[in-house]
Amino acid sequence: MSIKYTPDHEWVEVHGDGTVTVGITVHAQDALGDVVFVDLPEVGKSFGAKDTAGVVESVKAAADVYMPVSGQVVEVNETLRNDPALANSDPLKAGWFFKVKLSNPAELDGLMDSTAYDELVKNS
Amino acid sequence: MSAAALQQTPLHALHLELGAKMVPFAGYDMPVQYPTGVMAEHKHTRAAAGLFDVSHMGQVLLVGTDAASALETIVPVDIVDLGLNKQRYALFTDEHAGILDDLMVCRREDGLFVVVNAGCRDQDIAHMQKHLGSRCEVRPMPERALLALQGPAAVTALARLNTDVAKLVFMTGGFFELDGIPVYLTRSGYTGEDGYEISVAAEQSVALARKLLAMDEVKPIGLGARDSLRLEAGLCLYGHDIDTTTTPVEAALTWAIQKVRRAGGARAGGYPGAAVIDRQFAEGVARKRVGLVSSERMPVREGCKIVDAAGQEIGVVTSGTLGPTVGKPVALAYLATSFAAQGTEVFAVVRDKRTPMTVSPTPFTPNNYFRG
Repeated sequence: MSIKYTPDHEWVEVHGDGTVTVGITVHAQDALGDVVFVDLPEVGKSFGAKDTAGVVESVKAAADVYMPVSGQVVEVNETLRNDPALANSDPLKAGWFFKVKLSNPAELDGLMDSTAYDELVKNS
Repeated sequence: MSAAALQQTPLHALHLELGAKMVPFAGYDMPVQYPTGVMAEHKHTRAAAGLFDVSHMGQVLLVGTDAASALETIVPVDIVDLGLNKQRYALFTDEHAGILDDLMVCRREDGLFVVVNAGCRDQDIAHMQKHLGSRCEVRPMPERALLALQGPAAVTALARLNTDVAKLVFMTGGFFELDGIPVYLTRSGYTGEDGYEISVAAEQSVALARKLLAMDEVKPIGLGARDSLRLEAGLCLYGHDIDTTTTPVEAALTWAIQKVRRAGGARAGGYPGAAVIDRQFAEGVARKRVGLVSSERMPVREGCKIVDAAGQEIGVVTSGTLGPTVGKPVALAYLATSFAAQGTEVFAVVRDKRTPMTVSPTPFTPNNYFRG
């Protein structure tokens, strides 16, 4: 299991079974502030990489959640839908957004590792 | 705009010390929130007392015996009858009755004290110089900071520095010394709560802010919560809910135009756009600003289209968020007048989805003003 990152401040946890879990990073939730609403994709729907798959909103602003890799949504975090503040309090665990069955696992190679992502945040 | 090009208020270093997240706003580097975040700041202000730095706003003194009559030539508001230390909401209108800015006016011993929006300040000062300059002195006060202390515990906190401030009622003011610091303050604000706005010399503003922040009730509040608080209170934000394309009648601000300035009044008209406003009073308007509340969770934001059940576009949202106190999405919107009645069901279109909303009275949260 490894965790990759996108320039849109999402994390992608790679499981061994051809699926990944997607959420927003600590930096992303900090920049957004108190999350009050999430819109999650439909289970079963397929997306291309970088497609808009959901929305995360704070009191201040709304931000799109992008599909980091192409694939089919196999599960969404219903607990997060009911308690959006989980995206702030536990963004890397309980605040996950959705799980995707990869259609092209090679796309994972295009994502950042934690060193590259930390560098991006430091310079942003 | 680079941070270097931004102006700073006298409290800038204090904001950084308090861990504020700073953003550009109206040409100033301003605190949008402190470490606790917008939600906690909003709730703290409704529950106790919040301290806001609003020094970016323009403070101007109009000096001279003719100042009130002169000011009435550019606002549709009764200024002449404004009593000493009484404060009133006003609007600068243009010749089409569009709103150039909204402002607060207070009659002090030394002149009419005017507070205008930061984003309009230079334009407002030029506007006043041009139209009033021959009849009174238009004296900008860049040497003054402006603090707002808002919330149900504001009076308890401020009265520790001078017990007399507790005697003021909503929309009145006076000169006071707060633990030795001379200020002019009014019992008013932009949150729907009881509280004060305090004009203080820039060089003493940090000392005053520290005295207040040392009290248990008081926490610093950023512009993020200032916006959600004013929105729940149903108060307009210039450049969003009102601007040169909206008239005071369309904006449901007719309460700000006293009878004496309306057609048939003793000092009717005589300000830019008076004919338009008088006609709109007589004949009505095609669209009106209303409050909207949703029973679903999805926030409805500025720019969102409003449609009727048939999908016909009937208006647009000018401010909206999830109200932290209300616990529901709230918005201000302009709707075709036939849909503006309270209780009317409409739909906001958010990301191509429709969400139902109900035309609702404002404020969305009960006002908590001290009227004595």
